Amino acid sequence: MASVAQPGLSAPTVSGAHTGTKKRSGLLDWITTVDHKKIGIMYGVTAIFFLMVGGLEALLIRTQLITSGNGLINEKTYNELFTMHGTTMIFLAVMPLTVAFWNYIMPLQIGARDVAMPRLNAFSYWLFVMAGLTLNISWFVGHAPNQGWYAYAPLTDLAWNPTRAVDFWIVGLTISGISSMLGAFNFIVTILNMRAPGMTLMRMPVFTWTTLITSILLIMAFPAITVAIIFLMFDRWLGTNFYAVAAGGDPLLWQHLFWIFGHPEVYIMILPVFGIVSEIVPTFSRKPLFGYSIMVYATCAIAFLGFGVWAHHMFTTGMGPTANAVFGATTMTIAIPTGVKIFNWLGTIALGQVRFTTPMMFTIGMISMFTIGGISGVMHATVPIDSHHNDSYFLIAHFHYVLFGGSMFGLIAGLYYWFPKITGRMMDEKLGKINFWMTFVGFNATFFPMHFLGLEGMPRRYYTYGEGAGWNFWNAIVTFGAYILGAAMLLLLFNVGQSLKSGKRVGANPWDAPTLEWATTSPPPEYNFAEQPIVASRDPLWAEKYGHGDDIPAHIESPEIVLGPNAGDDVHLPNPSFWPLVGASGMFMMGLGFLFENITIFWLGPLAISALSIVGLITLMWGIFGWAFEPTGVEGLH
Amino acid sequence: MAQAVEVQTGAAGHGHDDAHDAHGGHGHSGTGIENRKLMMWLFLASDCMFFGSLIATYMIYRNRAVEIGVGPFPHELIDIPFTSVSAAVLLMSSLTMVLSLGSLQKGNIRNSRIWLAATAILGTTFLGGQFFEFTEFHHEGLTLQGNIFGSTFFTLTGFHGVHVGLGVLWLVSLLFVSLRGGLKQENAMTLEIAGLYWHFVDIVWIVIFTLVYLLPYASAEGEGGEHASRVHDLAHAVMRFF
Repeated sequence: MASVAQPGLSAPTVSGAHTGTKKRSGLLDWITTVDHKKIGIMYGVTAIFFLMVGGLEALLIRTQLITSGNGLINEKTYNELFTMHGTTMIFLAVMPLTVAFWNYIMPLQIGARDVAMPRLNAFSYWLFVMAGLTLNISWFVGHAPNQGWYAYAPLTDLAWNPTRAVDFWIVGLTISGISSMLGAFNFIVTILNMRAPGMTLMRMPVFTWTTLITSILLIMAFPAITVAIIFLMFDRWLGTNFYAVAAGGDPLLWQHLFWIFGHPEVYIMILPVFGIVSEIVPTFSRKPLFGYSIMVYATCAIAFLGFGVWAHHMFTTGMGPTANAVFGATTMTIAIPTGVKIFNWLGTIALGQVRFTTPMMFTIGMISMFTIGGISGVMHATVPIDSHHNDSYFLIAHFHYVLFGGSMFGLIAGLYYWFPKITGRMMDEKLGKINFWMTFVGFNATFFPMHFLGLEGMPRRYYTYGEGAGWNFWNAIVTFGAYILGAAMLLLLFNVGQSLKSGKRVGANPWDAPTLEWATTSPPPEYNFAEQPIVASRDPLWAEKYGHGDDIPAHIESPEIVLGPNAGDDVHLPNPSFWPLVGASGMFMMGLGFLFENITIFWLGPLAISALSIVGLITLMWGIFGWAFEPTGVEGLH
Repeated sequence: MAQAVEVQTGAAGHGHDDAHDAHGGHGHSGTGIENRKLMMWLFLASDCMFFGSLIATYMIYRNRAVEIGVGPFPHELIDIPFTSVSAAVLLMSSLTMVLSLGSLQKGNIRNSRIWLAATAILGTTFLGGQFFEFTEFHHEGLTLQGNIFGSTFFTLTGFHGVHVGLGVLWLVSLLFVSLRGGLKQENAMTLEIAGLYWHFVDIVWIVIFTLVYLLPYASAEGEGGEHASRVHDLAHAVMRFF
């Protein structure tokens, strides 16, 4: 069975990419770009920067806890550190890292020229940058958010939290939410409408599937937290009563709205990684993914069930036995599709010809570590056990096993896997393997002892503990593990830098992978595919190369793909645009204006509308109108 | 340029490539729905969750002000005849929106402009009504801060008003585009998408009108010992539903 239309398989000359388009130079090129690949790279670089910031915060937290009664960090700073660590890692590191891969890889995987709305895509990126800036500016005014990333209602009450700290969090998360939702709309439209001819839904790579499903989760889950944050904003800025008990409000409303968003959010962070793993496992096992259809259905099932489990975060709030039992049961059912996925990966690896490359090692690390986190997750679906573990370090261990052991291991695997596609150079394998073992050892030394600490009763969010508690030994181990993990992340950065300079140059498909992104050059030309690929199977490159037999031989280099000097001339590229940046800066200024109301224009109740907000609003409108009336260069793009 | 290597078997033939494609004729597989329109549907799905959260909050809190005993209360303020008229105005604007789109699709640009202007005017009238209502309620002591009914009422209906306001801004922008010759039969989709948004905002108002306005009115009547009106039955059916 059939194959892919390759750009100029028989053309003799070497790459003449980027022909036919007027190039802007350097910085200007990057800030006006609407190319999904450049935006993907910018997402990745920015997210890795925030990953380092969040990691530094974690190391400070761990250094404070290295011994009992440590006076390194006071309680105020400690609260700020754990709040910003959680917020940064979730909204500014893990989510944008997945979005980086969606941006770069997904359009290539479906054989599209770009996402459906390139300028909207750039706008999402710039909003993400603005959200990161807003949140972190709070450090420099001396009031970083201090209420925890979950921001439970009485903690955010103006009476208990009178500084601007919570407001920075409110504005930052609102901008970040808008960014994520706009991105998600874009990805759904792209996947549904722009697949290469012949790529039916059930021929899409699993990574593209998870992008689609996660984007649907994003657009359905984020409105709930948007509303919750609007209520909080109004309570704090306008004096409304949404969470005010005395007036009949209910702090639990926050918890419900927050977790209606917050639990799907967990899947928003892990499903894309399931997709990455589902790409890597078949490639390095030399056989197609076992149970592709079941994998797709399991993804859909997880996403669907994910909306029916939120209250398992609230077992100790006194919802009553009926609600507890129902949410406990729905939570347990999620383990079924998740287990199915794990067995599908194992089924692919079993009987495969496994190549233990760095991406594959991180992938196997992800599958095993995520399983540990998954098992402690199912434990918490049991209400009495959850009541015992609630707010203890056991919980910290659980969600770091799924978030670091799951998401981060998978994302690092994805980085090693797609780095040659993005840069045209291999990452250093030797350093990669050292990197893996350091990460693996450091990770387990950091988070496994937290299970013991939790069971011994160590509570989360406390900035110190007494000597008599008997927690000193494991805390010292944990902190030591965290330093190894930090060093492992630095090694990863070093490997990236080193490989960028002197990594081995590679051709189109160095791993001999089956999906479409490997059909174009590494790095791909700006127009992706000079000619529209046509797809007739799930693993198009393998089908083309090895026919449709069941046996796929190992270790055969895929043919080089060469492009003629005029390749891509007839592909229309959209014009670069300033408007996304203009619009995003407008929103940024508008948000900042609410936080620094020094020059007040008028008052709406206690809400000060500052000059900066007005300027921001005008800039935003200017950006939107400029955008709407700007010619795109390609008909049908926006 | 070299020829594409293209080996297709029967299985590949039934992809939904071609026909509906609007992106440079590459023949993608897709839904056949234009990108912008699909995006608007997705936005509306998302907005359902937004209004869903606001409305759910209103419903959870709707008896709290009475329980706490801090007025003013809904049944003291709500003026059904007035709001019925403004609701009717908003629903009529959906009709004029359809007429505007229909005219444009048939190539009657002049009528399309007239109906578009009528839609914007009706929308503005609704907003005027809401402004008047908010001012009235404020005079009678209902504020954002005063009690929980004020907080939830102004927030819910206010966000709906913001949606209508943005819609009016959009319609007026389209009217200007049309006057400069930018809206034609070929790109009626641009107007259709604005229409989708506009109808959605109207539908949300039907829900809000029922739950926020009719429900307390019906409940108050029931308390008075009168025999239940049709509105009352309807309201109870809705309450059971929630």
